[in-house]
Amino acid sequence: MRIDCDVLIIGGGPAGLCAARSLLGTGLKVLILERDPFLGGQLLKQTHMFFGSKEQYAGTRGFEIGQILTREVQASPNITVMLETVASGYYPEENFILALEKEKKLYQVYFKKVIVATGASEKSLLFEGNDLPGIYGAGAVQTLMNMYGVMPGKDIIMIGSGNIGLIVSYQLLQAGVKVKAILEAAPTVGGYFVHAAKVSRMGIPIFTQTTVKRALGRNALEGVEIVSLDSKWQYVPGTERKWPCDTLCLAVGLSPMSELLWQFQCEMRYVSELGGYVAKRNPFMQTTHPDVYIAGDVSGVEEASSAMLEGTIAGFAVSKALHKMLDSVDQVIQNSQTFLDEMHVGTIGEKIRNGLAKVEVDVCL
Amino acid sequence: MFIKNGYLDIDELGERMPSEERFEQGPVAILECIQQIPCNPCQNACSRGAILPFQSINDTPTIDMDKCNGCGNCISACPGLAIFVVWKNYNQENSLIKLPLELLPFPEEGDSVELMNRKGEKVGTGKVIKVQKTKQNSKSRVIWVEVPKKLAMDVRHVARSNNHEK
Repeated sequence: MRIDCDVLIIGGGPAGLCAARSLLGTGLKVLILERDPFLGGQLLKQTHMFFGSKEQYAGTRGFEIGQILTREVQASPNITVMLETVASGYYPEENFILALEKEKKLYQVYFKKVIVATGASEKSLLFEGNDLPGIYGAGAVQTLMNMYGVMPGKDIIMIGSGNIGLIVSYQLLQAGVKVKAILEAAPTVGGYFVHAAKVSRMGIPIFTQTTVKRALGRNALEGVEIVSLDSKWQYVPGTERKWPCDTLCLAVGLSPMSELLWQFQCEMRYVSELGGYVAKRNPFMQTTHPDVYIAGDVSGVEEASSAMLEGTIAGFAVSKALHKMLDSVDQVIQNSQTFLDEMHVGTIGEKIRNGLAKVEVDVCL
Repeated sequence: MFIKNGYLDIDELGERMPSEERFEQGPVAILECIQQIPCNPCQNACSRGAILPFQSINDTPTIDMDKCNGCGNCISACPGLAIFVVWKNYNQENSLIKLPLELLPFPEEGDSVELMNRKGEKVGTGKVIKVQKTKQNSKSRVIWVEVPKKLAMDVRHVARSNNHEK
């Protein structure tokens, strides 16, 4: 079946929802494709209060931000949402996206502009026995625990002290799960100090320069062998020790889900600071393909606050490109760009700044 | 070192550590936020203007301890749960600490609780004076706990004692 829209938004997470919200009242026909049975993306799993400033819902819990954005989008007559619908490919000959709804209905979706907000997928770690039941990605643990109320295990070791590793450890403690330790391969804690301080004062030790060497157990995880790392990230012989646990949670980073952008033949670049391959784009989130915009983790793995700003910029930029914009569009875009730049100031933002410098180009709007 | 262990050493507080004279004057907020991150809700939380306006969203907060009266409104405004109020000379033997808690079941007023330091070590027992529900955030509580004076700058978390479990 054929569907026509002005703006196609692929992904209904924080970036996609903010992009859609920027198109409210423009009269443009907007379609959101969301793979899950609900809107909100990763926001729905976030039980902690968000950082940032008031304009980015600082102090509000992530899932509540998801609910606010979802309500705004659902109340809008010019926005249609298709849930449980996967954008499975781009067909350049006819210029449509093939969408599969609920694993049975196929649609050819024609559009004038597309905003790709597909997010990121979890990275894994290579070690002996890493396929044993009981070894999860941190996102899976959050989904089980915070969306479905299922306890993933009783006795957990966390790998990775970035914000996700720290936040999921804290959520596990809140749910009454025992977190034995957080292991970090790098010499320093990766995430925000305030997140580390919360788990530390609850008695969870963080071991830096330490990683998992192999998983122990026959039919399911029974423990892990951990090992210290030297300054060149090599195992220090003789430091192996075995710890019992029934669950190992991997929070070792995310990688942008950029498959559709390859199909659009956007110019791509591998940028390790941003998590993998990302499309080059201008300050309006427009890629080297003039009809394709990006926002959120697919444009470089960051925080949800950045994803919301990028979505806002992309949405307004598209409204301008289609000549259906608010009078204040330039000002609104500029405000969001300023907020986004401010988030990248300082030592924590340094890595992102370096990464963005490699993909920001002056392609014209 | 916070960057290595995940918790700060007391000297890493720097200027955020009140002087003995300031402690003499009554309760005061301790902003244990020492790393630049993009976050600024605390600057609007204080009705007395004791938390100074930020130049950049990445600034760490600066407090004017002469303006602070230790009311604790900033505690629940901090998404990082990094603000505490210490009233050192609460009475002859004890100090009062106000700290944020997001852990169910909450302790109740009058409960005896285990006192934990920044590292999560149990350092003593204290008494819950008040369990404060705040407007800004209904899901967490600010716990007022009475602790021995010498632990005023160590205790940053409380846990329900095992004998309280029903």
